[in-house]
Amino acid sequence: MPIEILMPALSPTMEEGNLSKWLKNEGDKIVAGDVIAEIETDKATMEVEAVDEGTLGKVLIAAGTEGVKVNTPIAVLLQDGESAADIGKGAAPAKAEAPAAAAAPAAAAGPVAATPVAAAPKTEVAADPDIPAGTEMVSTTVREALRDAMAEEMRRDGDVFIMGEEVAEYQGAYKITQGLLQEFGPRRVVDTPITEHGFAGVGVGAAMTGLKPIVEFMTFNFAMQAIDQIVNSAAKTLYMSGGQMGAPIVFRGPSGAAARVAAQHSQCYAAWYSHIPGLKVVMPYSAADAKGLLKAAIRDPNPVIFLENEILYGHSFDVPKLDDFVLPIGKARMHKTGKDVTIVSFGIGMTYAIKAEAELRGMGIDAEIIDLRTIRPLDFDTIIASVKKTNRLIVVEEGFPQSSVGDHIANQVSQRAFDHLDAPVITIAGKDVPMPYAANLEKLALPNVGEVIEAVKAVTYR
Amino acid sequence: MATAAKKAPAKSRSDSKSLSAPVTPKPVDFTKEQDLAAYREMLLIRRFEEKAGQLYGMGFIGGFCHLYIGQEAVVTGLQMSLIEGDQMITAYRDHGHMLAMGLSARGVMAELTGRRGGLSKGKGGSMHMFSKEKHFYGGHGIVGAQVSLGTGLAFANRYRENPNVSVTYFGDGAANQGQVYESFNMAALWKLPVIYVIENNRYAMGTAVTRASAETDFSQRGVSFKIPGIKVDGMDVRAVKAAGDLATEWCRSGNGPMILEMETYRYRGHSMSDPAKYRSKDEVQKMRSEHDPIEQVKARLIAKKWASEDDLKAVDKDVRDIVADAADFAQTDPEPDASELWTDILI
Repeated sequence: MPIEILMPALSPTMEEGNLSKWLKNEGDKIVAGDVIAEIETDKATMEVEAVDEGTLGKVLIAAGTEGVKVNTPIAVLLQDGESAADIGKGAAPAKAEAPAAAAAPAAAAGPVAATPVAAAPKTEVAADPDIPAGTEMVSTTVREALRDAMAEEMRRDGDVFIMGEEVAEYQGAYKITQGLLQEFGPRRVVDTPITEHGFAGVGVGAAMTGLKPIVEFMTFNFAMQAIDQIVNSAAKTLYMSGGQMGAPIVFRGPSGAAARVAAQHSQCYAAWYSHIPGLKVVMPYSAADAKGLLKAAIRDPNPVIFLENEILYGHSFDVPKLDDFVLPIGKARMHKTGKDVTIVSFGIGMTYAIKAEAELRGMGIDAEIIDLRTIRPLDFDTIIASVKKTNRLIVVEEGFPQSSVGDHIANQVSQRAFDHLDAPVITIAGKDVPMPYAANLEKLALPNVGEVIEAVKAVTYR
Repeated sequence: MATAAKKAPAKSRSDSKSLSAPVTPKPVDFTKEQDLAAYREMLLIRRFEEKAGQLYGMGFIGGFCHLYIGQEAVVTGLQMSLIEGDQMITAYRDHGHMLAMGLSARGVMAELTGRRGGLSKGKGGSMHMFSKEKHFYGGHGIVGAQVSLGTGLAFANRYRENPNVSVTYFGDGAANQGQVYESFNMAALWKLPVIYVIENNRYAMGTAVTRASAETDFSQRGVSFKIPGIKVDGMDVRAVKAAGDLATEWCRSGNGPMILEMETYRYRGHSMSDPAKYRSKDEVQKMRSEHDPIEQVKARLIAKKWASEDDLKAVDKDVRDIVADAADFAQTDPEPDASELWTDILI
């Protein structure tokens, strides 16, 4: 029976990829281990090795095809005695092919059918007052938006440079720095050894002299090794020096759960850094916010923690086509106006809020969604104005529940707008457990749309 | 996860010339002016620290206060090798470093008493002081953190292609922190102009180096990174100056970092609250009587007839006047305004 070769998943967050090139032609003999094709994932271009032996009977997906979903049959392998005529006679799906080079750093790049949060459905989005009406919008991934933000700021200011693991020659572990080495050279795009504590300190020291480093952590989980330099050196120097010198530095990288990378690689740091005076903490959801806020963070004279999300990297959003699109740090974005309940979220938490809102609409509940964008300083004015209108508040985030961002918001709203609340504030967070590896347990550990809907029903007494 | 780090292309400076591996230089005799200047500087630090100890005892200085008495030759000698723009950074035993860089005794002392005229407006205290103007980058309370930061200062020098050197001080205790070696690796990899000055005063708080360090020759701590290092008599200001000249030349010529292990000694406890029971009084007395950095210069000045006892007494009086003025200021200057609580958190 002919064997179908399937589109392999080659990174924890890969849902689809581009079939860049076939290295074998129809009719070629293939033995296990042969490199048969090149596939561009969300992180890198990977070679695909054959697992089975046979003859390449038919190429089902042509080279150059983009957006091929994981597990789509891409070719048919004929075994001894079979011919092209046998194709279609109940081909057996092959085990997904194996990657030849584990380019994805966080990935034990095994054949995992990763199905993380699916792309958010299109929502009605209130116009962002920071984007002039009539501006042309361009569909852009968060990944590209971050890269564009850094490139634009590096063109604008020679004191801006980026350092981190694999940011230069490798083009970024998550391809965020793709092309920067080629444009700006090794002086300004600096590959570091695997030495988070040390290079965070080097970055802060350089910033104290007035340079404007962007320090990329491959993930913020690794920044735990560097947290002393972030908190004790970057955040406090301005105060301790009586205002003489600070650290104009951006620490950026993915934070929070990706997909199936388990306990040590899946943790949200929003609440951690939001605890520290002297830091600003930004956590965008959309590509437009990622771009406008990263540019603002690079220009900001203070240390900024810029928390990204691996799953959102590949999501596309409309980004305004403007020469210099900079957004204000510390200002929430009204994602959708509504009158019955306020849902506050940020980062990937927004995906749950947005999906829940669509379902709630069907139930006749008109929810307002606020995307915080910045965790510190937190835009309480926007939250409280909304609570005064809807009298009900839900906060959604993926981080751990105790001392969460939601806890802080609930506390502040109870102090500042108690008389406006018609129900207790409900905080939805990740479960109070280390992130498990098993797919079903991981799903249980994260918030879900159902929880948001149940919470809204509870506070609206439905 | 294991990913191989790639080597960043380290561009050598165009004027880079290779020097042979450095060896400890012989102390060069000072001129009369140099000896007199060193004497005065070291005496200022000594008298300042004695006064700080006194004010601590009187309750004017709070918290932790780490005195530099005994180690004065290290900062004084190295400062003589520096040029405008060279940066200095150290840990919490920092008063002497600031005085050597020319910061006012009033500003330092008022910071110790937490007054508005202090270098950090009273908000940093003894362990956290800075001067943008004099390129003094602190004053750090976390043991070893200043080593990565100092390496970053050197990174900035190379980035800006200026001739400056980062002089990064740390003790024998900090020398066992992991980030020191992370910094060594990057400094050597990228040939950063940084002098790592290890002030080996024999005790990390109360722990003798032999009880804390598998390798007690700190000058060799850079061997794994090909960073040359030399041992220097840190009680002899001429030896320190000669080592400083060698190291600054090494760094300015694009050869990358260098380690200077300064063999020195602190006469006082680790901090004001340390009874120093981990060493004998005889040990301290022997260092004071046989190796005191100030007495060594004084003996030379007298022997060479470059100064009389009366001349030196006059210097002492000048220094005492400066310190007394600083102490008066530090006790009478008002505390910071309450509004300062909320300033300098963000720009």
